[in-house]
Amino acid sequence: MAKKLGPLDIYRYLPKTNCRECGEKTCMAFASQLIERDVKLEDCPQLMKPDFAEKFHHLKEMLAPGVKEVTIGTGDAIVKIGGEEVIFRHELKYFNQTALALGVHDELEADALLKRVRYVNDFKFKRIGEELTLDLIAIRSVSGDPERFAQCASKVSAETGKPLVLCSYDPKVLEAALKVVGGKRPLIYAATKDTWKEVGKLARKYRCPVVAFADDMSELKSVASALRSMGIEDIVLDPGSNVKNLSSVLGKFVLARRAAILKDDKDLGFPLLGIPAATSAENGLEKTLKEVMIAATMMDKYADLLVLHTQEIWALLPLITLRQNLYTDPRKPVAVDPGLRSIGKPTKSSPVLLTTNFALTYYTVVSDLESAGIACYLLVIDTDGLGVQASIAGGQLDASKVKDAIKRVRLGEKVKHRKIVIPGYSARISGDLELQSGWKALVGPMDSSGIKEFIEKKWSS
Amino acid sequence: MKFDLTKLDELLKGAEELELENVDMSVGELELALSAMVSAAKRAEYRDLSFEALLMDFPGRVAEVELGATKANGGTRKNVVRVGGEKTLPFYNFEAQNPYRPVIAYDVFDMKVHLAGPVRKHFEEVLEDPAEWAKLCVKYGADLVTVHLISTDPTLKDTSAREAAKTVEDVLQAVKVPIIIGGSGNPEKDPEVLEKAAEVAEGERCVISSASLNLDYKRVARACMKHGHVVLSWTQLDINDQRTLNKHLLGLGMKKEDLIMDPTTAALGYGLEYSFSIMERIRLAALKGDGDLQMPVSSGTTNAWGAREAWMDAREWGDREKRGPLWEAVTALTLCLAGSDLFMMMSPTAVGLFKDTVESLSRPREVEPLDIGNWISMR
Ligand code: B12
Ligand code: SF4
Repeated sequence: MAKKLGPLDIYRYLPKTNCRECGEKTCMAFASQLIERDVKLEDCPQLMKPDFAEKFHHLKEMLAPGVKEVTIGTGDAIVKIGGEEVIFRHELKYFNQTALALGVHDELEADALLKRVRYVNDFKFKRIGEELTLDLIAIRSVSGDPERFAQCASKVSAETGKPLVLCSYDPKVLEAALKVVGGKRPLIYAATKDTWKEVGKLARKYRCPVVAFADDMSELKSVASALRSMGIEDIVLDPGSNVKNLSSVLGKFVLARRAAILKDDKDLGFPLLGIPAATSAENGLEKTLKEVMIAATMMDKYADLLVLHTQEIWALLPLITLRQNLYTDPRKPVAVDPGLRSIGKPTKSSPVLLTTNFALTYYTVVSDLESAGIACYLLVIDTDGLGVQASIAGGQLDASKVKDAIKRVRLGEKVKHRKIVIPGYSARISGDLELQSGWKALVGPMDSSGIKEFIEKKWSS
Repeated sequence: MKFDLTKLDELLKGAEELELENVDMSVGELELALSAMVSAAKRAEYRDLSFEALLMDFPGRVAEVELGATKANGGTRKNVVRVGGEKTLPFYNFEAQNPYRPVIAYDVFDMKVHLAGPVRKHFEEVLEDPAEWAKLCVKYGADLVTVHLISTDPTLKDTSAREAAKTVEDVLQAVKVPIIIGGSGNPEKDPEVLEKAAEVAEGERCVISSASLNLDYKRVARACMKHGHVVLSWTQLDINDQRTLNKHLLGLGMKKEDLIMDPTTAALGYGLEYSFSIMERIRLAALKGDGDLQMPVSSGTTNAWGAREAWMDAREWGDREKRGPLWEAVTALTLCLAGSDLFMMMSPTAVGLFKDTVESLSRPREVEPLDIGNWISMR
């Protein structure tokens, strides 16, 4: 989408029947939703009829994001990257989060190889109700030997459902691996000025996405354009991860993204690949810390796929958290449904605690309660998705709201006592709450990690 | 979807090769594959294209603010620190060179505070002596030092404004870098405390932190104007509030060159996205010419240590000696890329990492080309 579309631009091509089959009240409303990407063209049954084929295609083109969405892998195990249409997240939102690939290579001992692959398979990190994962495995050809690379690829493929990236500059090496794992639609790394034709043929033959690599922007555009001249449209761009000069990396990432979104440059309208793993040449701890900083820089500035070397959890945790933050929807706070939850198997004399429906707050509290092994009821108040402090400051959490919620969930029938533990930061509503609801408010600790101790010391039913 | 198969022959004429092994495609896929071959028929070729960078020429510019005063300007600082002056987004060196690098202010408190383990170990010996603490920060490479007069809070020690001002004098004696003076955050007491501090630091061009909408900011601002200091204009994650407060301060007769703003730092994992987008919006507005937002931005990056992932000693999260500093460094880096100029930080390890990255981001573009390709074959 080169220029910012308004609902009217879209509306012109819609059936204009206001038939409501899409679930929206009017075609105009549907048009607005299309721009927000909350619905798809395919959701309008009228538009899918043959008469509208031309308009459908036209709309499809109009709505195509500046950065093409590229799919790696097959079946359930696919990873989507790109599909972005704004430069800054506040202009709409970022869509497909930066995919993370962990590198392995064909000279690793069998044990070490399996260990790394399984690490990726098993990597699951729960944060704010979301499961954060590593997404792909990048296999590098260190040996340069086609046979060896193919064997390695086959071993890895047998061990994992995660999509692969096959890395070599030698088309013969790539082909050897594609013969065994090509059916899984791996990402081929990389086509260059010298190899675009052979690698392009492989990409076509195995119908795989392919990386265009060049250290220079004109050359990168030329390689991508050459691939496109072969009819290839699933392309990922590597403008060169010179990890010693982040200034140049950032410049190229930004300029490629501007070209895609503001200039509608079709050759550069593809996801971007960064390679923090290129720090591997250096040693030890220093290197890992640097790698994280480089990865964070790239993630902040448009990388859609990163190849990492480190598998230290303390290094990955800040990165997956940063990714989760950047890719939240700036249009609405992440909220959970309000209401009464049971943690463990509460009885009539179990404690009742109160929190808000901001996802970060809710999941933090739930995880603290679960790890403390406290069976209890948790009353989740609808604060429009704000945390405790922010909603106390802004008035979305007050005594009358809590009173209403107590009534609505019939808390009085669930437990026989009349006491509720409230967050430390909400102390100021405790008096009012007792007056209005008749429940005794016990002011808990500021941080929910202190709940266990608090309950053990202060709770008696 | 309908596809006119009669055209197939025609389309395929001249296609370089036809590979339809294991054909098992849906019509859609077939169409795609065919269109690929159609293009191939158009001749695959490599043409030397030239990339033309889309460069922005922003009309606005961030004000340059000078912190600290040397003898020549009536102070006793050894050097001044400059922030702001940006013409483009951070490190967009391809379109304009912003004049200054981000600067680091280390935090010092006027009473013993609880610090996370990985931070405390660097300051263990000096936690009860702000002057010594400040000296140590300079050793760790501080561009500035912030003295937080938190003991003035009535619910803590209720230290008097006069006594707190003495601490400020001690720190000014102890170090020669420019300083920032912070209150306790108590809106009733802060104006008095900051006023007194501004008075004793007359001529040193400190940053006074802070003027905010919930306290008598006029009193703070007037004290700064009278004694020659810079005001930190602090709001909480609300760009309109920030604009309003800046307007008020400018209305009192302050200049952009006498202001820094702090739109609040929410840490990595705890709302970083809010701070990121607010700072990005502020900086873009400034570059586009919004005079009410053309001040350098400060980040209370130390907030990162409030995140449990930073301080908690949890085995499943890995070594916190590395995790904690990274948490702070990634918070700083991300907000730096969003437009922040000044970073209040705590961990020397985090500062080192951040500075190192900034260094790399500031290089001239045409630095010795690395053999980038060799990452594949690295062992
Ligand atoms: C992100 C943020 C925002 C976001 C909102 C994010 C959201 N969805 O809630 C936005 C930008 C919208 C925002 C707005 C405002 N904010 Co705000 N915000 C923050 C920030 C940076 C982080 C808050 C956060 O997410 N914390 C993490 C969550 C998990 O914390 P929590 O909900 O409190 O939960 C913890 C505890 O309360 C406790 N807990 C939770 N449940 C329970 C239950 C029990 C039983 C127990 C015992 C404990 C417990 O454990 C949890 C984990 O530690 C803080 C500053 C900071 N660094 O803390 C300011 C802060 C909360 N905001 C503040 C303010 C003043 C505001 C505004 C009023 C400012 C404004 N400009 O208008 C508005 C209010 C908006 C409104 N209500 O209408 C102040 C509140 C000051 C105060 N104490 O009154 C803070 C503290 C900043 C400050 N230092 O001044 N804010
Ligand atoms: S289904 Fe299509 S035609 Fe009917 S209201 Fe929705 S957009 Fe309009």
